[in-house]
Amino acid sequence: MIYREAGQFKDGYAADEQIFPIRQDRYGIVFILVLAFVGVPLIANDYWFSAILIPFLILSLAALGLNILTGYTGQLSLGTAGFMAVGAFAAFNFMLRVPGMPLLAAFILAGLTAAAVGVVFGLPSLRIKGFYLAVATLAAQFFIEWVLVKFPWFSNYNPSGVISAQPMEILGYAFDTPARKYMLTLCIVAVLALAAKNMARCETGRVWMAVRDMDIAAEVIGIPILKTKLLAFAVSSFYCGVAGALWAFAYLGAVEPAAFDLGRSFQILFMIILGGVGTVLGSFLGAAFIVLLPIFLNVFAHILLPGVSSSLLSNLELIVFGSFIIFFLIVEPHGLARLWQIGKEKLRLWPFPH
Amino acid sequence: MRKLTVGLKRAALCVAVGGMIGAAGPAFAAGEQFVPVPIYRVGPYAAGGTGIFGGMMDYMQMINARDGGVNGVKLTWEECETEYKNDRGVECYERLKKKGPTGATVFHPLSTGITYSVIERATADKIPVISMGYGRTDASDGRIFPYIFPLITNYWSQSTAKIKFIGQREGGMDKLKGKKLVNLYHGSAYGKETIPVLDIQAKKYGFEVTHIEVAHPGNEQQSQWLQIRQIKPDWVILRGWGVMNPTALKTAQKVGFPADKILGVWWSGAEEDVLPAGDAAKGYIASGFHPSGTDFPVIQDIQKLVYGGGKKGNMDDPRRVGTIYYNRGVIHGIITVEAIRTAQEKYGKKPLTGEQVRWGIENLNIDDKVLKRIGAYGLMPTLKVSCLDHEGGGGVKFQQWDGTKWVVISDWFQTDQSIVRPMIEDSAAKYAKEKNLAPRDCAKEAAAEGKKKS
Amino acid sequence: MDWQFFLEVLIGGLLAGVMYSLVALGFVLIYKASGVFNFAQGGMVFFAALTFVSLVERGVNFWLAMVITLAVMVVLGVLIERIVLRPLVNQPQITLFMATIGLTFLIEGLAQGIWDAQVHGLDLGIPDVPVKVGAINISQFDLFASATAGILVLALAVFFQKTRIGRALRAVADDHQAAMSVGIPLNHIWAIVWAVAGFVGLVAGLLWGSRTGVQFALTFTALKALPVLILGGFTSVPGAIVGGLIIGASEKLAEVYIGSSIGLNIGTGIENWFPYMLALLFLLIRPEGLFGEKRIERV
Repeated sequence: MIYREAGQFKDGYAADEQIFPIRQDRYGIVFILVLAFVGVPLIANDYWFSAILIPFLILSLAALGLNILTGYTGQLSLGTAGFMAVGAFAAFNFMLRVPGMPLLAAFILAGLTAAAVGVVFGLPSLRIKGFYLAVATLAAQFFIEWVLVKFPWFSNYNPSGVISAQPMEILGYAFDTPARKYMLTLCIVAVLALAAKNMARCETGRVWMAVRDMDIAAEVIGIPILKTKLLAFAVSSFYCGVAGALWAFAYLGAVEPAAFDLGRSFQILFMIILGGVGTVLGSFLGAAFIVLLPIFLNVFAHILLPGVSSSLLSNLELIVFGSFIIFFLIVEPHGLARLWQIGKEKLRLWPFPH
Repeated sequence: MRKLTVGLKRAALCVAVGGMIGAAGPAFAAGEQFVPVPIYRVGPYAAGGTGIFGGMMDYMQMINARDGGVNGVKLTWEECETEYKNDRGVECYERLKKKGPTGATVFHPLSTGITYSVIERATADKIPVISMGYGRTDASDGRIFPYIFPLITNYWSQSTAKIKFIGQREGGMDKLKGKKLVNLYHGSAYGKETIPVLDIQAKKYGFEVTHIEVAHPGNEQQSQWLQIRQIKPDWVILRGWGVMNPTALKTAQKVGFPADKILGVWWSGAEEDVLPAGDAAKGYIASGFHPSGTDFPVIQDIQKLVYGGGKKGNMDDPRRVGTIYYNRGVIHGIITVEAIRTAQEKYGKKPLTGEQVRWGIENLNIDDKVLKRIGAYGLMPTLKVSCLDHEGGGGVKFQQWDGTKWVVISDWFQTDQSIVRPMIEDSAAKYAKEKNLAPRDCAKEAAAEGKKKS
Repeated sequence: MDWQFFLEVLIGGLLAGVMYSLVALGFVLIYKASGVFNFAQGGMVFFAALTFVSLVERGVNFWLAMVITLAVMVVLGVLIERIVLRPLVNQPQITLFMATIGLTFLIEGLAQGIWDAQVHGLDLGIPDVPVKVGAINISQFDLFASATAGILVLALAVFFQKTRIGRALRAVADDHQAAMSVGIPLNHIWAIVWAVAGFVGLVAGLLWGSRTGVQFALTFTALKALPVLILGGFTSVPGAIVGGLIIGASEKLAEVYIGSSIGLNIGTGIENWFPYMLALLFLLIRPEGLFGEKRIERV
């Protein structure tokens, strides 16, 4: 009853091709955007902005990037963090070496640099599939890390190879407080998320999905495999690159290549698996889950289990974290987004099931 | 609509967790000074995290039990698990910075990565950061990094002390000419840090240095040590971390390189680094800014007041009291407490803000008299911090592993600031330029300070 | 060119490769029988070694500790099969892969939670000192490790070829459903495979642990095994051995003759990515690895 599309008639192609064809969805998205842009800044404090919301948004963006590659195109990748590192270091160098470089242009160029690197490492995907490809993308991960540590030019000859992000400023307006950084991140993430949603439902996305479901069949019906896969690698790496630049500029402020290690790649892969492979929503749900769970456990373990030694508690957190992941995979292998899907089906009739 | 749940969920969690975090910590009374403890108890470096922070918490517990706090102000602390990860460390910093009646007193990141990530935040929040023996080297220039204190000695200073030690062993600095050194370093930001300062010293003293990187984590070093044998160096400087250290010693033995010609940095010189290597570690020399052992009044006080009568301290295994990591933690505690004490002389005997404690650290003067009063004479070098020098001019001692324990084999070696200081000032100035920072004028501040006193 | 040095690097690399193979074997066993890419193998290596060492430190006899640890690994294998894998039957491979990463966290937390986060030394009584073979130095310990690996592979071969369970295992590996239809109890077989992988993990853990110390970093041994896997093929026991030898030798030679100042001098520390690049290049020619099963895709 609440979520019913009956009675919503489309009286033109434009109406039929809307990004959110159902009225409830449109209201919902407006509500979320209003909440994120107006509501959250009203209630959140600095802790929430700088320790939870900003990393959550940035990792959602990276997860979105990986979802395009793995979820929509079916190419398993473990090099996500490497592409994030490319983005972070590229943005730093564009800002440093090009006088008067506007911030957003630097982010876009950083994304494009990451996309270029992504295409190079995407080339083997033509021949290699599945886990062989996943392990092969580790080559990208380790190689990028090594290059960034090895050549001091990338970090402007900082002896420890750490880059300190330049202050963020757009048209004279400084994004220096946590709340402002949050707004900037939110704007970028919202635009890119809508773009991803749009891409996924038009030809680009459909071609990707065809390749995912069976690439040989896709080739037979005339889809250029090479172009499609490489495009997915490029778009995915672009998202990851922008996420990496934000990670350095809006979140950590100073990063070393080790901030983008293999653990980060796995973390992002977790996000899309738990959130839902091949959905935009899933990237956000997964990121929220993976970012919040360890912090949540760390805060609550001490309250729930008083008197247990701290070492045991820290290890328990790890155990519970692992168990949660396994538990979720067992009860809902299609991810949290699937739960929302089921919820929508239910809401179509509820509360009048007949 | 799809995004609705995200938003709702977020909002709900905001309220729920936010409320809980507020309620989570122990209740703080007004006369308390809060110290955050961003510990790492899990992961590959847990031995370091538990040892160092265990020692620091034990010391604070002892101060509370013995003296009733610092001049009557009780010390409180709360742990936060970082897993040695940058983002978790930042979360811990943000979570703990406002705890206690006056906020966080001082933040010990205990990870170079986390130090870098909190430099700007802490400066903006006016919370001092002490990175003792790690962290950002050029932060020793207090004019540009007012809130960051890489105390005792930074990596570059330590490197000069090491070369002095090698010089002494070889029979004089002039004997270094023509000698061959190998710098075997961990393939990370930390590992690379001393390459420039070694190159400069190589030029100055006329020795030859080859830098060889060991890829993280360093559990396989066959090819590196074969190269070393090929080079036939007089000394190998081991700049390792974690599993890289015992593996290096084992592999050195395998290719027949003598352990007493391997000189470790102080992140390669704990019991945890040599025990797994067994006999291969015998004779290995490492630098340190403190000895191990329990023969210090301060450690004995801890044993009595924190562990006495079967009580449980902050170490799961009380046998670790007196190990290298543990004693380093005690020194962390001593410096924290003395900084508070110094600041109290100026601001009164009450809980102080981070900004006030910053003044305390900057005016810290731990001389032999103070060390004797604390009961830590010989445990740590003397320390005198100033606006210009945030390092404090500490010394370095060298110790050798005899198969069961570390034996100190040298007196305090002073560092060579004529090499290090210009490098630090260069690097700090570059940072200031990147960030558009105006350096503080130390002379002016000192004059203003003097005027206020008189 | 210094041939003696070259030979030492080569032989040292081959012997290091054996150590990688030992870890890779655990992956292969499980992938072969159940199609699961078990990322938790590194965690299992750590868990087994830590359990063993902690028992010995508590005064348990060496062999008894071995038996107890083995029993623990068998129980762990059975539990994993029951609790994690059985509910996930018929899920896509990536879901199973993720579950094993979850398992990695669980096992790591369990290991450090039950025992502690301390670093332990482990002495198997075999000195890691060089013996001269001709003009070349070879470590006794490496020879011992190679012999162990050889015995292990032989034992596995006999187990797979000659025993009833082994034949059932091969049947399951070939085709789950066909095996089930002729009455092979799939669940038992999987539990056995995980237990055997636990045993292989124990052996790898002991050998690695006595070299690097028994500590958390043992979990990183998995990363050394991955290029071995893709080079040798996920499904082949001989592939794991041959792949290990190739990766070990080539990464050492690359480090010395491409990375260091002795050779091309592009920079040291290339061991982390070089094996992956090599495996990648190799895969471009043969996408299913050296000994992997060729897939035939039909539309």
